[in-house]
Amino acid sequence: MKNQVVKIKTNNLPCSELYSRFTARKALFMLACLVLLGISALVATSLGGADLSIKDVVYTVIAKIFPFSNVKISSIASVIVWHLRLPRIVMGIIAGAGLAIAGAVMQGVLRNPLVSPFTVGVSSGATLGASIAMILGFSLVGSETYIVIANAFLFAMGTTFLILGIGRLRGITPESFILVGISLMYFFGAITGFLQYIATEGELAEVIHWTFGTLTGSNWKNILIVLIIILTCFPFLIRYSWDLNAMASGGDEVATTLGVNCGRVRIVCMVLSALITASIICFTGIIGFICLVAPHITRLIIGGDHRFLLPCSGIIGAILLLIADTIGRTIISPIIIPVGIVISFIGAPFFFYLLMTRRRQYWQ
Amino acid sequence: MAIKLKVRGVSFNYGSRPALKNITLSINEGEVVSLVGPNGSGKTTLIKCINKVLKPKQGTILIKGRDIKKIKLKGLSRLLGYVPQSAAHFFPSTVFDTVLLGRKPYVNWRISPRDKETVSQILSLMGLEGMALRQFNELSGGERQKALIARALAQEPQVLLFDEPTSNLDLRHQLEVLGIVKSAVKKKEIVAIMAMHDLNLASRFSDKIIFLCKGKIHDIGEPRRVLTRENIRRVYGVDVIISKNLGNPHIIPIAPTAAEE
Repeated sequence: MKNQVVKIKTNNLPCSELYSRFTARKALFMLACLVLLGISALVATSLGGADLSIKDVVYTVIAKIFPFSNVKISSIASVIVWHLRLPRIVMGIIAGAGLAIAGAVMQGVLRNPLVSPFTVGVSSGATLGASIAMILGFSLVGSETYIVIANAFLFAMGTTFLILGIGRLRGITPESFILVGISLMYFFGAITGFLQYIATEGELAEVIHWTFGTLTGSNWKNILIVLIIILTCFPFLIRYSWDLNAMASGGDEVATTLGVNCGRVRIVCMVLSALITASIICFTGIIGFICLVAPHITRLIIGGDHRFLLPCSGIIGAILLLIADTIGRTIISPIIIPVGIVISFIGAPFFFYLLMTRRRQYWQ
Repeated sequence: MAIKLKVRGVSFNYGSRPALKNITLSINEGEVVSLVGPNGSGKTTLIKCINKVLKPKQGTILIKGRDIKKIKLKGLSRLLGYVPQSAAHFFPSTVFDTVLLGRKPYVNWRISPRDKETVSQILSLMGLEGMALRQFNELSGGERQKALIARALAQEPQVLLFDEPTSNLDLRHQLEVLGIVKSAVKKKEIVAIMAMHDLNLASRFSDKIIFLCKGKIHDIGEPRRVLTRENIRRVYGVDVIISKNLGNPHIIPIAPTAAEE
């Protein structure tokens, strides 16, 4: 269908003009997603145990941002919105966006549709770090309250550098990083398994719970930390869009002859996307599926051009995670289902649907 | 005629196995050159040394008198366009996006109207303007090859390198693709170097043929002079009959020669 439309138009327009429209459509789609995200956030904030209308939410937000406006709100509504719901929702948006971007970058730079920070072992490092903190009470740095977070973060980053270090010995190719990453994943999985084996029931429950991935416990301070890290890394990643395009479509040899220093781009992108991932999952636990599926959904809709793929994956990842978490905390309220479970449960069928209905040669 | 590409004393080893031994050659502007020789004779290795994917153990390669060792990758990508075999892409991209990558050497992030215009013109030249927004992976082998040549041309290079440009193409596309290469080379006064298996296509479209054998240059010259029974027997170990076709030598293979050495 789509191809036919394109062909008819081709007869009277030059390609350059067609292409400009093509990219304008992508930008428009991105804008639409952004609006959808805003609406979802408003609706999500109004949903929950205490009854709030969308109007209440809007007024509460306006009252906080413009303190001198004459909007009347109840102080209870303000507390619910600003202390209970918004931290969770904002964290969901940021985590979804960050994980999706990290996944898109890793898939492109390792040229493999199955790759994400989770399949190459970054998350298994984080799980090991968290398990060590919870079971052995040992941490590399950090005070009592932060040992799990600090350990998860440091182990995730340590794993990344280990993958890069060992992978380099074999050549800076996608295969070596993927193979090393997967081996490390099993290795760390074994250590984590052993720790769980010797753990008490209480500790075991704590670790298992952590690996479900949840937004419960989000607060503005954590949000600020994650936000700063993402906002620092993202400009670098988006600057590499063209290099990623060259590497993802043509392979290293072609990318090299197009002027891309593949080794350097690969290492920088791996470190930055691992940094984003680590900074998120150290607070939330393992929320895995989103960074695999959000980039694919985006590619199916707007194609593989990283200039659009990276920001748009971020927005779609944010929407998905927000919806998943909202369902998780409202469907059998007051019990909250961890978002890591919900996202896989609703994300996978949605992905199948897109994969089956979009008739174009997607990946090889 | 000015010398565009010069290869001086280039050697390359894969581990301890020598793949190129002391290769020296020079190519003038406006020339289409075919690298021929059996599998493993060093054709692809030589191309990878010229496009800096591999680093020669010895020797220098000069494009327009500049040593490529001293040119950064980005600078080199403005001098040299590489056309791989037409494999599918790993991730989806449209034909226009694929060709637009050829402008990468010139863009920082934003693409200018001139970049889009250049791509547009090259697509028309290739007869691909009707499929600009189709997925690259949906094209036939011949169309893909054309799109990849278009990408290399969009780099506005001095030297075009091809790795067996006709190996996956049907009869019509073989002629079309090589015709496009030849006319682009003449018009822009650049050079094209192609690793080729089909000696008859090489004979018909090349100004110069380089016979590679076990990493060394066996013979180099005009098709008429070097495409001889003796050369083909020595390099390929095949007995052939040479006839004439449109004024060029035409090779009809008979049988592998009895094992010698």
